[in-house]
Amino acid sequence: MTALGDNRSSGRRRSPAARRKRTRLFLVLGGLVFLGAAVVLSLFALRENVNYFFGPTEVADGKVPDGAKFRIGGLVEIGSCRILGDGVTREFTVTDGAASVRVTYEGLLPSLFRDGQGVVALGRLDMQNVFIAEEVLAKHDETYMPTEAVEAMKRAGTWQEGEPDGGAKTVTGAGTTDPCKAL
Amino acid sequence: MHRFANPSRFMRVADALLPWMIALCLPLFAAGLYYGLYQSPADFQQSETVRVMYIHVPTAFLAQAAYVVMALGSASFLIWKHPLGDLIARSAAPVGAVFCFVCLVTGSLWGKPTWGTYWVWDARLTSMLILQFLFFGYLALANAFDDPARGDKPAAILAVVGIVNIPIIKFSVYFFNTLHQQSTLFGDLMGGSGDAAKSVNQPDIAAAAAEQGSALAPEMLLPLMLMFGAFSLFFLILLVLRLRGEWASVRLRALRAGFRPAPEEV
Repeated sequence: MTALGDNRSSGRRRSPAARRKRTRLFLVLGGLVFLGAAVVLSLFALRENVNYFFGPTEVADGKVPDGAKFRIGGLVEIGSCRILGDGVTREFTVTDGAASVRVTYEGLLPSLFRDGQGVVALGRLDMQNVFIAEEVLAKHDETYMPTEAVEAMKRAGTWQEGEPDGGAKTVTGAGTTDPCKAL
Repeated sequence: MHRFANPSRFMRVADALLPWMIALCLPLFAAGLYYGLYQSPADFQQSETVRVMYIHVPTAFLAQAAYVVMALGSASFLIWKHPLGDLIARSAAPVGAVFCFVCLVTGSLWGKPTWGTYWVWDARLTSMLILQFLFFGYLALANAFDDPARGDKPAAILAVVGIVNIPIIKFSVYFFNTLHQQSTLFGDLMGGSGDAAKSVNQPDIAAAAAEQGSALAPEMLLPLMLMFGAFSLFFLILLVLRLRGEWASVRLRALRAGFRPAPEEV
């Protein structure tokens, strides 16, 4: 509409073909704007559902549906992992720095599982607010570094991780050491 | 700008560039694979598995780039009726579909040893799967008619509509909590916008990496960049080769229909 008005006021004359092209350009652009707005609005509305996991703070705030199965994501608290009396079940704490949740899991942990590592666990809370996990996945961040560089930093003392020896062992081969201690 | 919308003029330029692109692409692949597989270090967390990155990340980028090319070509076909736009879209679609497939397969194989699963339905993986289906849908629609020209318009509309998925793929790891980590290469552009997802990242390691200057060590960045260059040229080469075929089939159909081309168009 405005394009048409501009044409008249500026006195520029367009051929019918050029006008059709202009109309189609605005149709495509306008269509995309509306489509984009619709998608953005629906994604905002569905954000809670699209999120892959809840953080420990959200669990502590009671944002998690009661008794329902959900995923919890956070960091494995350093030195928190224990192997329980049956020798199979592991218990560890998932934390986001503000809140934390105890998690128990019976099964093999992913090879990237270690102190300070990000994990995402699927399961539900029991009566004592312990998270009974059916599945534990490792979540790593976007940082990639050579093994040698990390070892050099550890020697130089510039590496800031909780347990120097625990970390050093996992460096030589992921999954060769178990951060979980038997009770 | 519209000068090169003439397919035969465009093809003359593309054909002249093709041998140079091949001559550059092959050594880039050789160097990229050499540095990627032998000359780069193992990762401190993932050890050797990190080498999947040198295939996975460039193919992910090129699948999306191919889609953008496809959507822009389709848009220029819809708006200005440039036949070249449709030809480019039709040529880019199968190439992009294969890049997308390679990205999904390598990502899946990478996910098992690192995350512990082949597949999760998080926002990044799901939006990438939707991109795969958009490619398949475009190919099906564009070739659904006995007279291929009838499929041009519906397929072009689908390609333009599907472009909304590209920013979703890009921002999925910032806007939602996902199992997939955030962007290593282009992460600085985001300024750490993700909230809950951020807490799962490891601040100590990120800080240590920041002292080194980047989330990706230079000796890992080099093979990644070589592979980016190699795959990008590979995409352009395939695009030109497929364009030749598409352009030839359009002219063949025109000849069969009794159209006599002007001498310089042959």
